[in-house]
Amino acid sequence: MNVVQSVDSVALLPAYLAAGTAVLVLITDLLVARPRATIAVAALGALGTAVGSALVGAGAERRTFCVGADCSWIFGGRAALVAVVVALITVGVLGLSVPALRAGRSPVGEYAFLLACSMTGGVVLGAAGDLITLIVALETLTLPLYVLVGLRRGSLASAEAAVTFFVVSVVATTLTLLGAALLYAVTGGLHLDRLGALLAEQPELRDLPLTTAAVAVLLVGLAFKVAAVPFHAWAPATYDGAPLPVAAYLSTASKLGGLVALLAVVQRALPADQTGPVLALLAVLTMTVGNLVALRQRRTVRLLAWSSVAQAGYILAPLGALALAAGRTDEARSAAYAAAMAYAVFFVVLELAAFAGVTALRPAGADGGTLDDLRGAARRHPWRAAAFGLALVGLAGLPPGLAGLFAKVTVVRALLDGGAAWLALVVALNAVIGLAYYLRVTAALWAPTPLAAPNVGGAAAVPVVGVVGVVLAVVTVATVVLGVAPQLVLDLAGR
Amino acid sequence: MTLGQVLLVAVLAVPALGAVAVAATPRDRAARLVGTIAAALTLLAAVPLVFGGRGWVAWSADAPAVRPWHQLDLPWVPGLELRFHLGVDGISWPLVVLTALLTLLCCAYTMWRVPDGGSGRALVALLLVVEVGILGTFLALDLVLFFLFFEVVLLPMYAIIAGWGGADRRRAARKFALYTLFGSVLLLVGVYVVVAAAGTADLVTLTGGAGMSRGTQLAAFTLLALAFAVKSPLWPLHSWLPDAHTQAPTVGSVVLAGVLLKMGTYGLIRVAVGVAPEGARWAAPVLGVLAVAAILIGSLVCLAQSDVKRLIAYSSVGHMGFVLLGVATLTATGIQAALIGNVAHGVITGLLFFLAGAVKDRTGTGTLAELSGLRETAPRLAGLLAFAAIASLGLPGLAGFWGEAFAVIAAVQVGGPLWTTLGVLAAVGGALTAAYFLRLLRQVTHNRPSPAVGQVGPGLAGAELTAWVPLVLLALAIGLAPTLVLGVAEAPVDALIGVVSR
Repeated sequence: MNVVQSVDSVALLPAYLAAGTAVLVLITDLLVARPRATIAVAALGALGTAVGSALVGAGAERRTFCVGADCSWIFGGRAALVAVVVALITVGVLGLSVPALRAGRSPVGEYAFLLACSMTGGVVLGAAGDLITLIVALETLTLPLYVLVGLRRGSLASAEAAVTFFVVSVVATTLTLLGAALLYAVTGGLHLDRLGALLAEQPELRDLPLTTAAVAVLLVGLAFKVAAVPFHAWAPATYDGAPLPVAAYLSTASKLGGLVALLAVVQRALPADQTGPVLALLAVLTMTVGNLVALRQRRTVRLLAWSSVAQAGYILAPLGALALAAGRTDEARSAAYAAAMAYAVFFVVLELAAFAGVTALRPAGADGGTLDDLRGAARRHPWRAAAFGLALVGLAGLPPGLAGLFAKVTVVRALLDGGAAWLALVVALNAVIGLAYYLRVTAALWAPTPLAAPNVGGAAAVPVVGVVGVVLAVVTVATVVLGVAPQLVLDLAGR
Repeated sequence: MTLGQVLLVAVLAVPALGAVAVAATPRDRAARLVGTIAAALTLLAAVPLVFGGRGWVAWSADAPAVRPWHQLDLPWVPGLELRFHLGVDGISWPLVVLTALLTLLCCAYTMWRVPDGGSGRALVALLLVVEVGILGTFLALDLVLFFLFFEVVLLPMYAIIAGWGGADRRRAARKFALYTLFGSVLLLVGVYVVVAAAGTADLVTLTGGAGMSRGTQLAAFTLLALAFAVKSPLWPLHSWLPDAHTQAPTVGSVVLAGVLLKMGTYGLIRVAVGVAPEGARWAAPVLGVLAVAAILIGSLVCLAQSDVKRLIAYSSVGHMGFVLLGVATLTATGIQAALIGNVAHGVITGLLFFLAGAVKDRTGTGTLAELSGLRETAPRLAGLLAFAAIASLGLPGLAGFWGEAFAVIAAVQVGGPLWTTLGVLAAVGGALTAAYFLRLLRQVTHNRPSPAVGQVGPGLAGAELTAWVPLVLLALAIGLAPTLVLGVAEAPVDALIGVVSR
């Protein structure tokens, strides 16, 4: 075997760009030491990463770090999509952070650096071709977030949230690693495609109890990352304690990362007849519990957190079709993976818009507050409230939030193509429960303000913030465009 | 693009752009005027759809069962089988015109009076958005597009009820939204059950079953029929309706009762029966029994109502029962009865809600016991109310007669003990309808004026007359010349029955 590997640097360009951004941010913060410059460098770097990923992804699939036919780095269509989305989310989150950073709640240099590091993890994740790369990328995505969650100075809630997140996440990582190790012990392979081929070729391996245990442990570990029930309890506490932009990042980029890892493992490595039932069960539990608990929430971010738990259920639902034989034909499988990916992209855009809306309606550096703080917001800020309302309606999956509607349609369609009509019905009925609380928040925005509380988050408390407004506008335009032309996402997700 | 295609697009684009223009116009009164003009232009575009395009009505063995006069077919989202496929034929055209007319009347009415709760500008914009959704539902010839427009209506209507409604509006609006969404998610699943089995969402191809297996058709029909039963509404899924109708502002009630309910019955005829005829035949007896139950229960509940708006709302349950009975017979007579019943109910109940709103605005109460003697103080209003009530109870010569009479006739014609019994019971329900409307009239117009009625002046505003007179004339016209609706609907209904009873 040739010991010296040839490295395809073009394939690695997105990772170079992302990591370079992080380093550059650190240097800029040290040398220039001006918050504005640091943020600008981070944002430009993230934009550059997005552009670079799109350019590399537009060509044919590129592989590198190969041993024989198995490669550790496969930069194809989906990897490019993930990299672009993560990089753009990073830009958006940076924009949302500007008022909080300006208010001096968090150190700017560290904040931007950690965010860029996390972005690097996300960019690498989509291209990971073996379990080690996958887990390392996922940890690179998550590790900086422990610090970011706790970075709000003088906030006990923030510190508590960070500790909760840290402990749960470390346990999840341990489980994932254990699963990977057990799989290696059974098969002797670590590359995803090789694992898939080995398990397909040797049915006797699949019947080993050790394999079943490995599959279960691996899936559970990854389910923590997407905050699927019953491994979801960390999410509401963590989101609510974290600074608003970090909560936005957690519920978008971090959740997307978890899904991509799950998708990579399920699609390429693990036997579908074993993962299918587990995923179907997880999906049903996740959406039902998330929706029911969200009904009772009074705090805005907690409500969004529980709703994003429920949304994780919808994302996983198409994969649940693998539980049935009809859902395991090649055609139905690729439709299911594409549907999960497409739903995730629609969701991420809408969720970012929702968090941008909350940020724009709250005072600089404040937390999400309660629903009462948002009452009558539409009378003070009609445009921001309209954008927030559109995002919420989209998350509920109704017109005029067409992006969300098409997302739900995609999932239902994939499920029915896979013959899982019961799961499609569960998804559909959950959408009804979901509307109840999305409608409550949306209606609160246009409700008359109670006369007795003029000083709670009142008009004077919300400064006119340029950058947040721009982010909100851009993301809202993106949701509208995706609503009119959903085929864009469907095409990209199916590649 | 042919003229017909331009008109089809205009019917949807004019109200949509109108809504945007209304929202963008800063002054409230000017904005309402813009909205009214947009609604008028929509009606102008909808009426001429009836002309032309009927060259190939000539029957042939392989002609599809849906033969639109005009159609427009553009790709939109191939990944979801969604095409922007619009078309109009004799089943949809009367409903399209009715929708455009009622929206115009509602917008004109808002020029004169804006209900409390919010700006008139927003109300008119929302009315126009609702119109887009309803018209799109009637025009869509693609199942997924149909679902899309079906959903468009939900939130604007919620906002109309929650923003401008009565005292208990929030609860009523929420109930409306959740109930209706429950229906439309079933529709979503049903639509994709069909699409997954048939591989296309084109209604022209699908009508007649498109070779789907019996099991698929039964499943699809169950889901679709449930979805439309919520919207229509069919007893026992009707409980959202009385609250929503009672709490909604006058214009909201008019649109709700006048055309929104028709989306359910239209969907039942065009989508559920058309796409899954095997399922329709299988479920027809159940549908018939439920429809007659709706007629009887709706009438009995009406007899016990004490609020005028609530009474009219419950009367809708009974009237839609007649429409559904017509559909359930799966005969040409029955479906014709359903179509004319649909239109007649839209005209008459729209008028009734306008009048009830006027009474409520003047007296400040909707309780029947406090409304005696209206004839003494406001003879013209009382006269119109009497006219609408008599039209609604199905007096021959007025619009309400044809739908109810022919639904009963169709049921008896099907024959057999079940359908004969259903026909007889429906006729009894018709008699009960007369009973409660006459009770309403006795309470509201006779006796000595109550204190609330005593202060009412006799005059009617010009805007009120403008909104009501077209409906009065239509109720007369359809009653005297039912061929206005039946003439255009005959060919498409025969074609539909041809594939359903194949």
